[in-house]
Amino acid sequence: MDSKLAIAKSEPIWNTNNRVISILAGLIILLFALPLFGMNSFYLHLFIMIFMHAVMAQSWNVIAGFSGQISLGHGAFFGIGAYATSFFYMEYGITPWISIFFGMFVSAIFAVLIGIPMLRLSGHYFAIATLLIGISFQVVFQRWDLVGAASGLWVTMTPEDSWSALQFHSSKAPYYYVFLIFFLITFFLVWLLSRSKLGYRLRAVRDDPQAALSLCINVSNYKIIAYVISAMIMAPMGSLFAQYILIIDPDRVFNIEISIIVLLITVLGGIGNVWGPIIGAAILVPISEYSRIYLGGTGGAVDLIFYGLILMIICIFRPNGLISFIPKDILERKKQR
Amino acid sequence: MKILTVENLSKSFGGIDANKDISFDVEEGSILGVIGPNGAGKSTLFDLITGFTKPDTGKVKFFDKNIFGISPDKISNLGVGRTFQKLKPFADQTLLENVMIGAFVKEKDIKRARDRALEIIDFVDLIEKRHHFAKELSTGQRKRLEMARAMAIDPKLLLMDEVTGGVDQKTIPGLVELVKKLKKTGVTIITIEHNINIIMEISDNVLALDQGKRIAFGEPKEIQNNKQVIDAYLGTFDAA
Repeated sequence: MDSKLAIAKSEPIWNTNNRVISILAGLIILLFALPLFGMNSFYLHLFIMIFMHAVMAQSWNVIAGFSGQISLGHGAFFGIGAYATSFFYMEYGITPWISIFFGMFVSAIFAVLIGIPMLRLSGHYFAIATLLIGISFQVVFQRWDLVGAASGLWVTMTPEDSWSALQFHSSKAPYYYVFLIFFLITFFLVWLLSRSKLGYRLRAVRDDPQAALSLCINVSNYKIIAYVISAMIMAPMGSLFAQYILIIDPDRVFNIEISIIVLLITVLGGIGNVWGPIIGAAILVPISEYSRIYLGGTGGAVDLIFYGLILMIICIFRPNGLISFIPKDILERKKQR
Repeated sequence: MKILTVENLSKSFGGIDANKDISFDVEEGSILGVIGPNGAGKSTLFDLITGFTKPDTGKVKFFDKNIFGISPDKISNLGVGRTFQKLKPFADQTLLENVMIGAFVKEKDIKRARDRALEIIDFVDLIEKRHHFAKELSTGQRKRLEMARAMAIDPKLLLMDEVTGGVDQKTIPGLVELVKKLKKTGVTIITIEHNINIIMEISDNVLALDQGKRIAFGEPKEIQNNKQVIDAYLGTFDAA
């Protein structure tokens, strides 16, 4: 065998940077240990929001970053997840741990139903179509009496903390751990996806659909697969959020702002990169929460002005997002020379 | 054995015939050169055969299977690979990743797909560039990338659109040698070329098109002496 070929074949498929693995392991342990050091309620809430938004952004990253389809209506799947757990718990007493999966299933069905016609569109046409779909969900739920119409659903509160009802009134720490575990599982699965045959093929669809077609890739099917995966990641966050605040209404869980924020987080952190949504969420969520504290209400929309400013700066100076500050051979797929 | 049979293939865009009643066949293991002036319908013919454009009428058979109007992914899955006139590398992915995406058609396991991709990259003499992003490669190297990526699906028939187009003089001989090397692997090739000397050198048969119509089909020497071809395309071609 040619020696250069033999050397190439003997290379590991992926970089295994032990230092990075150690740092990540340390960070995970630290995240599990943080509540034990008596974090106050605000910091627990802050981390819960970071975990939640990071997963939501990761969901958007799968459809937009991996397969190249810009969805502006992803909040719909968040709302479906929220309503699924709240409605089935209130009406039939079904534990949220089961209805989370029901929410994922319903979201997947809607992703297929929406995806089959919509993913024939491309570029801004798909984006506009998804924007309208997202808004239409909000309008439908505002008028749907079965699920409380515009007033929404007030989840029946348990008298005490309950793991089966996923309700914790005495401390936010259990919520912290639930969101953290979902966050870690999601990132691990998406990390696996990015390194799988499916991940390679989705990136091919993103980079050049025609070239992908010439390589036996059914572009439409792969876009739908990405959309379904993305929807199934988003829905559980809606479910957990509903259990966290115990009151949901269409304006809150189907709000267009949800779709926009996950986009901003992903683009800021680094679209198409598994680590981008983590970095984006870790920066934008605290800005949002602190502006809410210091400026009152919803933050006087100052958080959105900050988002806009940061995004403009990033787009001009770091179009690949903040992740581009980290050397590629550390966190990226293997690209060393 | 005939690997491809095209009969009366036609396609018009807004009343203008891009291809009109094109018929020819290709023997397995041979190279068919397609020539014609700009706008003759060469690339459209590729798109019709590979399913990227739906033909209006006619027949396209790959071995005994009718592939008329089938989607491009299904046609490529049958063993028809192609490259593009306007190069289409997956720009933000490495050369190795580009070829692996093709290799996944035959290899489900990631390591085996990687090894197969490396063998093909070595075949096209780019092994040292395997970790370079496609966007970092020169035009000639990208041509090799596209050939490698198409080879990775293990095609029986490979359609190559202007292999030497847009590259400098020094790069051309290497690409021509690569096409000859490809032929030796047993793959059947249809290639569009503007460089007549190259077409005459590598082709077993030549199909000449003009204004969407077939004006000649035969061995290179016949084509060289065909008056219609000379009038339409070759002009003052130096037969020596």
